[in-house]
Amino acid sequence: MDFTIAAIITIVGLTTPILLAGLGELVVEKSGVLNLGVEGLMLVGAISGFGVTVFTFNPWAGVLGAAVGGALASLIFAVLVLQLNSNQVATGLALTIFGTGVSSLIGVNFTGRIVAPFGSIFPDALARDPFWKLFFGYSPIVYFAIIMVFVVGWFLKRTRAGLILRAVGENDLSAHSIGYSVIRVRYMAIAFGGAMAGIGGAYFSLVITPMWAEKMTAGRGWIALALVVFAGWRTGRLLAGAYFFGILMALELYAKAAGFSFLPSQFWAAMPYAMTVVALAIISSRGTAGASAPACLGKPFTPST
Amino acid sequence: MRYKLEKRREPSMAMLVITPVASVIVTMLVGILAFDALGVDGWAAVRDIFLTPLLASHKWQDVAVKAAPLVIIALGLSVGNRAQVWNIGAEGQYVIGALAAAGVGLAFGQAGGFFVILAMIAAGCLGGALWALIPAVLRTRFSVNEVLSSLMLTYVSLQVLGYLVGGPWKDPNGRNFPATAPLPEGQMLPALDGSTIHLGIVVALILPFAFWLLMSRSTFGYQVRVVGSSPHAARHGGFDAKQTIWATMLIGGAMAGLAGSLELTGALHKVDLGFASGYGFTAIIVAFLGRLNPFGCLLAGIVLAVTSVGGQLAKTTVHIPDSTAGIFQAMMLFLILASDILIRYRIAKRA
Amino acid sequence: MTISRRNLLKGAAAAPLASMALPAFAQDKIKIGFIFLGPVGDYGWTWAHNKGREAVEAALGDKVETIYTENVAEDASAEAAIRDLCNAGCKLVFTTSYGYMDQTIKVAAEFPDVKFEHCTGFKRADNVSTYNSKFHEGRAVLGTIAGKMSKSGTLGYLGSFKVPEVVLGVNAFALAAQKQNPAATVKLVMIDSWFDPPKEAAATETLVNLGCDVVTTHTDSPAALQILEQKGLFGFGQGADMSTFAPTAHLTAIEDIWGPYYVARAQAIVDGTWASADTWDGMKEGTVVISPYNAAIPADVAALADGVQAGYKDGTYDIFTGPIFDQDGVERVKAGEVMALADLAVIDWFVKGVESAS
Repeated sequence: MDFTIAAIITIVGLTTPILLAGLGELVVEKSGVLNLGVEGLMLVGAISGFGVTVFTFNPWAGVLGAAVGGALASLIFAVLVLQLNSNQVATGLALTIFGTGVSSLIGVNFTGRIVAPFGSIFPDALARDPFWKLFFGYSPIVYFAIIMVFVVGWFLKRTRAGLILRAVGENDLSAHSIGYSVIRVRYMAIAFGGAMAGIGGAYFSLVITPMWAEKMTAGRGWIALALVVFAGWRTGRLLAGAYFFGILMALELYAKAAGFSFLPSQFWAAMPYAMTVVALAIISSRGTAGASAPACLGKPFTPST
Repeated sequence: MRYKLEKRREPSMAMLVITPVASVIVTMLVGILAFDALGVDGWAAVRDIFLTPLLASHKWQDVAVKAAPLVIIALGLSVGNRAQVWNIGAEGQYVIGALAAAGVGLAFGQAGGFFVILAMIAAGCLGGALWALIPAVLRTRFSVNEVLSSLMLTYVSLQVLGYLVGGPWKDPNGRNFPATAPLPEGQMLPALDGSTIHLGIVVALILPFAFWLLMSRSTFGYQVRVVGSSPHAARHGGFDAKQTIWATMLIGGAMAGLAGSLELTGALHKVDLGFASGYGFTAIIVAFLGRLNPFGCLLAGIVLAVTSVGGQLAKTTVHIPDSTAGIFQAMMLFLILASDILIRYRIAKRA
Repeated sequence: MTISRRNLLKGAAAAPLASMALPAFAQDKIKIGFIFLGPVGDYGWTWAHNKGREAVEAALGDKVETIYTENVAEDASAEAAIRDLCNAGCKLVFTTSYGYMDQTIKVAAEFPDVKFEHCTGFKRADNVSTYNSKFHEGRAVLGTIAGKMSKSGTLGYLGSFKVPEVVLGVNAFALAAQKQNPAATVKLVMIDSWFDPPKEAAATETLVNLGCDVVTTHTDSPAALQILEQKGLFGFGQGADMSTFAPTAHLTAIEDIWGPYYVARAQAIVDGTWASADTWDGMKEGTVVISPYNAAIPADVAALADGVQAGYKDGTYDIFTGPIFDQDGVERVKAGEVMALADLAVIDWFVKGVESAS
């Protein structure tokens, strides 16, 4: 029992950052924009979250700072692709280069510092109890991520604003013709995606390892991109997919630590991506509505007028 | 007074040339000020990043070695991009191409010579093309977005590399370090005496002409452009969109694989975990900076190689921080991407 | 996915970098160049090599000047960087990572008048020396402490790749622990990276969940130490004293000290006595240093650890003294025999009591 609980806690730790970043990217992609700069945004979030926490001694402010940092960085991308119609793939890749560089530059002043880990806010009786820690032993960011899955799901499916966002992503020209501002909707989606990626990055620098180290996200932004596709652009599946990826990552470590050598470690590391390609093929061939890529994904918005 | 953007009837050829040049100049000017603000000799930094690699003859070979894979990959990608096919998995195709070439080389053992090298390079092209075939099939058969599938496959390819060089292909005399054995002399591309200029660089110089012929003088090139600009017209004209996707993906993959096999046989002479150093991703940017034009790709590849070689030089000479070199490169890219719009639009006074 | 030893940046605001423009007039001083893998502000691999460079400046500053390039990738760009240093007039160039091996050999052939020193490699030439450090001697000290401090007898080892340096570390750690607790076992996880804090953290949690109560790391970030600190368990710093990251969990650390070797080699250039050699220094020469002990280490355990250190310094102790059995129980080293350096340098098997996937 204790063993399972501890394993679950590790899986939650591996899952939360990619869930947050994936959720943000899902909204961005639903609006018809492909932002490949997630890795850079997570790094910007990690350093802004850490930096703000060092100055304020308040991890809540840190998380807010990470969200603001991620959103601001994503706005550079937004201006380029929305206002100037630059290519989204190239701009997203440039954003990753930028985010990596800018986080390293800011980070020079914060290396070697530590902050208190942003752990559970529940009383120790619950947070440290051998059983109840399974539910109460996490950083508030973990609960926030799960709540946001449902909030975003509800927003996309049940609200008018969500309907507009999806319409913009599926058919920008007709959304434009009935009077919605495609550009404004996409700005907001991109900023939201940046903020979520930023919080995902802050999970590394405030919760898992409360410190700053250059390139500390180590490629998790790319897994988040895979996750969105794996989930078929659906929030429920995103949650399930994130935990599936988390379990895969933990399985690799458990298999190694337990001395199983029946599969090379590269097999485990390749799994999330390979599974995503397979999932892509399955959902696309079924062609179920809403489970395939938004029709306008990655295409610039060019109204004829 | 307010301004607005007004669509040009024809893309501006002047802007096509002016905007990238202006972007580089602006980046240089901002760089001088920014580096000075960081306490580094700004002029020296910018001089070493942009000018020294071009002016100092002993740096030419470094620029050439860096530029060759970028140019070759970008040429292949630009064909696909013309047809609105977005292969962003060139990094993976580059890796698989290099592995295929290495595998053929291993199969030949210590044997070398013209035909062995040719077989290795052919295997590289084939390997890259096969890796690109997966997203091509997924796109044509299952309408899977190739941007995502090709990107995912890149990460799979890195694990394939890790597995091979750390497992079955590990150099038995390499003290267990994850790397293949260095190629025997006979499997290395010829290089100019006393320099690192290898035959692959010549290939990178010739290919733009071949691609120019292909794109502007052949039916295929016409087909690609029609499918890209207007799928409707393409259908009416009897052009098969699926066939175009196949062809362009395979060309992109084959070029990336070619670049990988040339890098192996010409420059690195072994595959290790550091082999995938991002050429496939940078080449996407090169293709865009080169406006999807073969000669543009050549120039853009050189520009990016210059800033990368110069960036490393400036780290030694004036000690600019490594992170700043990255920001600098990103800023140049942002500016060039941003100024793209001036080709198709003009700034006009609002009435 | 490079085999980089990207270590952790440390030290608020690295000291302002002096302008290192290459003055043509400074002909009287001999130039010495360094190629670094990470930023000099990391707090591990490159930081330690840069300390060695500073030691050269301090000891021979009136006769030599040093220049360096940081963050050099282990691909074709390394070749260019090494050549740049030669063209800048360096007479001695240190290339400080395994991945620069072939590039160093290649450039060395072009510059026969320049001497090269390649770290952790095994290819030499008339003008190329190799040097390495017996990190595993430090690992034996950690194993001694871990064997005593562990209640469960199950120790964790967080590794990077199965290269000789890491295999030696694992074996030295396990053998030393078993001297204190014959039943001690070592669970090993290789994370296929020198630097991946989230994975290091998750791997540490995994090892702890499988019963490890002391975990040592052969990867470069203090992530594992931070996890151990949160769980009230123990670990060790890697490459440098990392106690700021985990004041209670950090028992001690292995520090890499390159200064003595670098100064000696620079002096040899000044004196004109440099010759190609293969050097593998350890505690005796001061290349491997153990950080101050945490107060949590009882006096008797500290005494045992000091004993190992003293034994290495006076040559009376070697952890690779037989009998040594491998994982399958086969006797690899007979009682009383000591493994030769040449065998250590290519080792690819783990000792009995190491539980690993490969």
